[in-house]
Amino acid sequence: MEDTLHKIVTPARLIRVTLLFSLAFLLVAFIAVLVGPSEIAPLEVLRSLFRDRHAAETAASDTERMILFSIRIPRVLFAGIVGAALSTAGVVYQALLRNPLADPYILGVSGGASAGAVAGILLGASTVPFGTPLLAFAGALAATFLVFGTARKNASLSSNTLILAGVIVNAFTTALVFFFLSISSSNEVHNVVFWIMGDLGIASGKDIGIIALVLLGTFILIYAHGRSLNLLVVGEETALRLGVSVESTKKILLVAASILTAAAVSLCGTIGFVGLIIPHMMRMLLGADHRLLLPASLLFGGAFLIAADTLARVLLAPTELPVGVVTAFCGAPFFIYLLRRRA
Amino acid sequence: MMPSIRLEKVGFRYDRSWVLKGVSLDAERGAFLGILGPNGSGKTTLLNLIDGVIAPREGRVLLEGTDAASLERNELARMVAVVPQDSPLIFSFTVQEIVLMGRAPHLGRWRFEGKRDFEIARDVMERTGTLPLAGRSMSELSGGERQRVLIARALAQEPRILLLDEPTSNLDIRHQSTFFSLVSELNRTQGLTVIAVSHDINLASLYCRRIVLLKEGAVYGEGTPEDIITEESILDVFGAPVRVDRHPQTGRPRITPICNTPPERGSRFNAGAAPQL
Repeated sequence: MEDTLHKIVTPARLIRVTLLFSLAFLLVAFIAVLVGPSEIAPLEVLRSLFRDRHAAETAASDTERMILFSIRIPRVLFAGIVGAALSTAGVVYQALLRNPLADPYILGVSGGASAGAVAGILLGASTVPFGTPLLAFAGALAATFLVFGTARKNASLSSNTLILAGVIVNAFTTALVFFFLSISSSNEVHNVVFWIMGDLGIASGKDIGIIALVLLGTFILIYAHGRSLNLLVVGEETALRLGVSVESTKKILLVAASILTAAAVSLCGTIGFVGLIIPHMMRMLLGADHRLLLPASLLFGGAFLIAADTLARVLLAPTELPVGVVTAFCGAPFFIYLLRRRA
Repeated sequence: MMPSIRLEKVGFRYDRSWVLKGVSLDAERGAFLGILGPNGSGKTTLLNLIDGVIAPREGRVLLEGTDAASLERNELARMVAVVPQDSPLIFSFTVQEIVLMGRAPHLGRWRFEGKRDFEIARDVMERTGTLPLAGRSMSELSGGERQRVLIARALAQEPRILLLDEPTSNLDIRHQSTFFSLVSELNRTQGLTVIAVSHDINLASLYCRRIVLLKEGAVYGEGTPEDIITEESILDVFGAPVRVDRHPQTGRPRITPICNTPPERGSRFNAGAAPQL
């Protein structure tokens, strides 16, 4: 039977695709580590990675090692994790809301986070450890609860009401951001713009650890519902009739995706496009089965954001672009190409 | 013998007005029951109550002696399958992916479909004539093809109770009879209990052994097609004047709507009688 089936998701195919995408991820990450305003020779990188750290080195390679381990590698790691988180959340939102235009920011997470972060930046919260991210996270959660609370009716969440509530909350928080900006006279506007467009250059080791843990936990939880997501995409009644406890599953998945998005956004700002296009690209490439779509989006989304961030670092070096500008510039035309090819 | 489905004075309302009220019903194992009634008489609500999509406000729904409300969703899905009315897909799955979804209630959270699941999927696709479509995307199919895929998915659940919600509304005349022959065969040979909601009174008369006629959320009548499908009851329940005669092959009752407007002048049925102006 299996050979007469076309492209069904089997454990073998899952392993094949995951391995392939992992290799691509590692390759992109490796190249990204080599690229930057200051040149690092590939061989030097390899030597730094594999050679005993205590071995005698020249002063020049010490600097290179410093750039490599304190700047490049953390940043590439952070970009990879954030890209993976946003893509995973995007897959979940598109499936649960049954809306191809859904992205991780549709339910007010980004708006709430932006309002919190901008207030934080202007009030000088950046001097406190985790000040801005904590305010952003609080803002994201507040907005999400507001959206869920608005859309909740008879203990069930309707997709259309959720989307509408998200649109309204996002509009309100945008107004808040502009309000904060208009009453502020500080020189922090540049920081605010970078935050809103997304900035991966501000990550500390702790940030990376936190987002990695959140991603690990939520991804396992989400992947456990892979088959349920397939059924939910077909329809909520269908899912119910095929054995899914629809309301509790939806709640678990919406909360998981929202926490994942909130964690990413509060650490690096609102990087657009990744969470919208990666799920679509993977769906066009691999089909709609979430058991394959989720790991593929995770890995490809990570690789994509690493590549975009590398471009943001080097395109106008030494000036750095907000990575959100690059994701939109690269993502939009590629997406149009995919849509046209498919049509 | 324990009835496959028993409804005890079931009532349901969304807000204030009752959609169904005091409906009691028994379907033995292997029954083939048709539910007829005008728009808004509560037919689909009745199906949704049986498969647990909604819970009754009054009364109980018993499936093989167990209250449906106490069953896990997975258990219920292994017992009852539904062929729903077609609805559009947001992201396109292939036909075989949709059919294999019917195996979901038999698999755990982490288990992939195995050899037996593929065999069952192949078998039901063969029987519904959807095997040649296996690799096609659902969104490329015609309405009739999609409906046959949904039928295959329901059969892949290996249910003991099959609920049909206007199952042949998108099917041409050949696929209509193929479909009902298939369901009849499963009903006879495997004791599958079938409940079909339909607008097509003649099709229900041909294939159902018993008919329930619903009017304004209550049971108007229940019995064999011969008992239920009469000119009086159809006029009373649907408000439509019909003639009832016999199906030439099976002898089952057959209805023909009576024209309200006189046939057009010049049609060959009244050409001679048409007044000359």
